[in-house]
Amino acid sequence: MEVKRGIPVSHGIAIAEAFVLDSEEAVIPRRQIRPEETDHEVQRVHDACAQAIKDTLEAKSVAARTIDEEFLAIFDSHVTMLQDKSLREDITRIIENEQATAEWAVQQVMHRFIKLWSTNEFLADRVGDLFDLQKKLLRSLLGKKRQGLNAPAARFVLIAHNLTPSQTVHLDRSKVIGFATDTGGRTSHTALLARALGIPAVVGAGDITAEVNIGDTVIVDGTSGVIVCRPDTDTLTSYETRVRNMRVRQAKLSLELKDVPPETQDGYRVELFANIEFPEEIPAAIEHGAEGVGLYRTEYLYVQKGHMPTEAEHFQEYKKAAELLAPRPLTIRTLDMGGDKLLEETGGTRESNPSLGCRSIRFCFEREDIFRTQLRAIMRASAFGNVRVLFPMISNAAELRKAHSILNEVMDTLKNERISFDPNVRVGIMVEVPSAAWIADILAKDTDFFSLGTNDLVQYSMAVDRGNERVANLYQPAHPAILRLLQHVIDTGRRTRVRVGMCGEMSGELSYTILLLGLGLKEFSVSPAVLPEVKEIIRQVTMSDARTIARQALAFEQVEDTIKFLSEKTREILPDFA
Amino acid sequence: MRVEKVVVLHNETGLHARPAMLLAQSAASFKSRVTIAKGEKRVDAKSIISLLTLGAAGGTELTITAEGADAETAMQTIANMITGDFESDDCPDKKKMPDGH
Repeated sequence: MEVKRGIPVSHGIAIAEAFVLDSEEAVIPRRQIRPEETDHEVQRVHDACAQAIKDTLEAKSVAARTIDEEFLAIFDSHVTMLQDKSLREDITRIIENEQATAEWAVQQVMHRFIKLWSTNEFLADRVGDLFDLQKKLLRSLLGKKRQGLNAPAARFVLIAHNLTPSQTVHLDRSKVIGFATDTGGRTSHTALLARALGIPAVVGAGDITAEVNIGDTVIVDGTSGVIVCRPDTDTLTSYETRVRNMRVRQAKLSLELKDVPPETQDGYRVELFANIEFPEEIPAAIEHGAEGVGLYRTEYLYVQKGHMPTEAEHFQEYKKAAELLAPRPLTIRTLDMGGDKLLEETGGTRESNPSLGCRSIRFCFEREDIFRTQLRAIMRASAFGNVRVLFPMISNAAELRKAHSILNEVMDTLKNERISFDPNVRVGIMVEVPSAAWIADILAKDTDFFSLGTNDLVQYSMAVDRGNERVANLYQPAHPAILRLLQHVIDTGRRTRVRVGMCGEMSGELSYTILLLGLGLKEFSVSPAVLPEVKEIIRQVTMSDARTIARQALAFEQVEDTIKFLSEKTREILPDFA
Repeated sequence: MRVEKVVVLHNETGLHARPAMLLAQSAASFKSRVTIAKGEKRVDAKSIISLLTLGAAGGTELTITAEGADAETAMQTIANMITGDFESDDCPDKKKMPDGH
């Protein structure tokens, strides 16, 4: 049994057999062999080389019909590499010393050379040949077996080097019940999509693809970030029990709590909203008790298409969402992506520091055409439901005024075109740049509501890139600096009569619910899956207790003490809170 | 019999894929054990991958060592390839199809 850790990005526990994909998206087969199988494995390597040579010569003769002879040398050099005795010796040595399969040994040896050659400027260009060689050998070794492994019949946990957003979206949820990847960070789109799809997931687990073999039983705990490979009986039983209890509790909560308000014992009522990526998530969110959508992320429109979304494409989605949710409020956030992702489309230049660069609202000011297209679509959709506009990454008052002025122009144009929209649309801003948090009182004059974007607020404040495994532990929403900042914004909102909500992940973290309640947060926008539990906590406490607890939490100097304190308080309410 | 010789790699583009392949094929045709060293690093001349890993650029000093019955011939052939122009030496090899084992 091996226990690995990664970054938890999507709640839940998945227990199943593993299916493993490496960085080449080749299937990495079983690692261990028995001593008596050694000779057989070594022979397989020889056979695979012979087959690969045959295939290469065949490819060469096909190529010879159309390509000049001087270019055929590449095939010859591949053949020579396949005949290379020291390569075979290296592979054989690994099979013998590590009791590994031929495929594993081939991969290890090739990876070593690839790494070696990649650092040599002279050889870096030839690394492609090594990848080719590896593919040829693996293809020979895996042969027919490969087909079978590509389509597991039963439910499984996917272990991969990396998963792109579109791969994540296309996962067959009836089969893939959880996944874990070597790379990736908490705020990557893959992580967000995993949450939206409700699949337990852990990313940034380092070398999990090296640790897990196909067919191993694996437990992926997307709540704690733990991955257990080949669990022993006790561990397995304990996790299975947890899963069973979780399911029972969630079903119970959903049923019991669906129609009751998020109100404290002493009658203080807050609002519970949902964060969504796609309009299709809305019905499920409502089922979970969402009273609105506090954050509708629109980036998927820019990522999936491969071209800049047209006004019609925007409008179609926003209208759908507004109608599904009406009369509940739908908060649509304008483009919050890095310009680098949109580079191909817009022909811009690479930035050395994209996260602090021309992204989000700044990019929208640079490309007003893109901004107006989205705003037009949002305003048109406002005629079909209860729409709110949310501007991200505002860092000063001038930006806010500019955003408003563009929005007003858009509204004027629509009026002239006699296209209907809701003129009373509420317009708010994400409070995520620390400067905006500190001048909340100034921005309050031009804002209908604030939405605390704690993900970025914490990153900017603590100077931490959450996706960087080396410093990710410095990302601490409960840090006294953050708590004081949150208190400041919420107090300012109260004073200036501007509603303050939170759509960052912190709002859905159960150990912070009482704290946020106590600070005076009025709107919690969370992932639909945790809505019932957040509601449960709110309903079990009194506002006066929450205020006391918040005050106590803010007094701690060390974040570890704050967390311990809050976890204890939460456990008193939710006994099986981990 | 063991012979050793220091030569300078003539080929401008260094010991890249094609020269390495020709060198390995040539070395393989001899009974002797042939090694090529660049500074401290010594590799088996019959292994194309090892030769490539040597990363020898044009103008590099290489030490050829041959040990066995045909060491003298092996040495001469290899030395000529390295100090000469691989391309012009490859005429006889170009048409030959390597066998498959």
